[in-house]
Amino acid sequence: MPIELENLKYTYMPGTQFETTAVDGITLKIEDGEFLGIIGETGSGKTTLIELMAGLIKPTSGTVRINGQDINKKGYDRKALRRLVGVVFQYPEHQLFEETVYKDIAFGPVKTGVPEEEIEKRVRRSMRLMELDFDGLKDLSPFELSGGQKRRVAIAGVLATEPKILILDEPVAGLDPSGRSHLMNLIGRLNAEGVTIIMITHSMDDLAENARRVAVLNGAKLIMDGEPYKVFLRGGELKETGLGLPVVAKMASMLRERGKNVPEDVIKMDDFERCVEGMLKRRVND
Amino acid sequence: MIKNIALGQFFPGDSAVHRMDARMKLILTVAVIVLIFLVRTLVGNLAVLAFLITVTLVSRVKAVYVIRGLKPLWFIILLTFVLNTFFYSGGTTLFSWWILRVSQEGLINALRLAVRLVFLITATTLLTLTTSPIALTDALESLMKPLKAVRFPAHELAMMMTIALRFIPTLLEETDRIMKAQTARGAEFDSGSIMKKAAGMVPLLVPLFVGAFRRADELAFAMESRCYHGGEGRTRMKIMRLSARDFIAALIVAALMVFAAFGY
Repeated sequence: MPIELENLKYTYMPGTQFETTAVDGITLKIEDGEFLGIIGETGSGKTTLIELMAGLIKPTSGTVRINGQDINKKGYDRKALRRLVGVVFQYPEHQLFEETVYKDIAFGPVKTGVPEEEIEKRVRRSMRLMELDFDGLKDLSPFELSGGQKRRVAIAGVLATEPKILILDEPVAGLDPSGRSHLMNLIGRLNAEGVTIIMITHSMDDLAENARRVAVLNGAKLIMDGEPYKVFLRGGELKETGLGLPVVAKMASMLRERGKNVPEDVIKMDDFERCVEGMLKRRVND
Repeated sequence: MIKNIALGQFFPGDSAVHRMDARMKLILTVAVIVLIFLVRTLVGNLAVLAFLITVTLVSRVKAVYVIRGLKPLWFIILLTFVLNTFFYSGGTTLFSWWILRVSQEGLINALRLAVRLVFLITATTLLTLTTSPIALTDALESLMKPLKAVRFPAHELAMMMTIALRFIPTLLEETDRIMKAQTARGAEFDSGSIMKKAAGMVPLLVPLFVGAFRRADELAFAMESRCYHGGEGRTRMKIMRLSARDFIAALIVAALMVFAAFGY
């Protein structure tokens, strides 16, 4: 289900003195099974862009096509769209509302018309994915849980609709290191299973390790789009837009400046380790 | 979805009207309201009209915004006009039909009332267009200070109003966000019967309330940790001072009132 954005534009409060254009003429095509990272300064239009992709707001102009169909056209099946696209917003734990964890996670499947007999299976599966104990937690109120557990329940609630396209807005913000790596692993695993991942993040390291493509927004416009290592090679330009480099890319470029031969596409820790080991071995051999 | 709601109607600016002391603006608005009820003659009404137009021009607020303030009350103005036209007893009949009778005096009376309403709304709209809500509550607090003698909690009331005003945009934003999050999970907020719609609000209202309480708690904590302990001994960063322009404005309004008192 490729997503195609064509010349997309969104303006808040048009015709008033508060008028601001949050997304300005963005054209982007996201293929099936891709892992796209979206980066950009606060206020660069990232969140508005994903809301447009998910059909939660209507563009001022331009089109969003999913699977070749314009999602803002009259008669487009919204329910099907909700089943297809899952969105994990920033601080998703703020959207919990049901009396029990089970009911909250089941909300999405019930609303998008998943057959009744399948709902429990869905809830069990998504709770397992989020490492939540089904029997121990299902009857608790979501408001009794700890912060980290709330977040996992909320994400389980999105996964329960089994979306083919999963959009995440800074999913790891405010999580502890273990919660962070667990969530990033899970997202990577879903992607490996064929789910298209679109993720906004400020963590360049997470992107370097996981994303297969990075889009950079600046002032409502798309300024870069491509393979992560190619984007990270333009560190100077990134810095101008208020963004940094992942740790590995930074170290690699520092070594390169000192005349060491580090390939341009080294941005992952594993590759970097291998590269440094190679360098050390050569030094011993010399 | 609801981001397009313009909050309050404050129109930021730097005109003489904007820079007037909010307390004076508040008092003068009340005075102008009294004035609107005092004037009787066409000349008097024209004077008020001229005054309101002058204020609008000086404030450099677009006339559209002033007129927009009348929009929600068009119906009431129209209704008052129609009722007063038809139900005025006595006077010279202009024409009558069935049980309806329109007299010359009735028409003039109705017109006068409608004009009065329009003036009233315009005057108050001008106040809120040129004064930020925060300045208004500060002015209220300052004006209510004498009531402290009778244990009226002026400061607390003003603080509550300030906090409420401060959090309206935040709550709206939060509503917007939660609505989108639940919509993405398949919730529908605008379809079905009334009962269904009411039930559909639960996924929105519960998180909204939980969030509001969480925020209130955090705010109380933040205020206390910054040594907030009520209005006692509290100083201000922006001290309200009357200046020449406030007195000039007061003089103009006073002159108009004298003018009206002489029967115009």
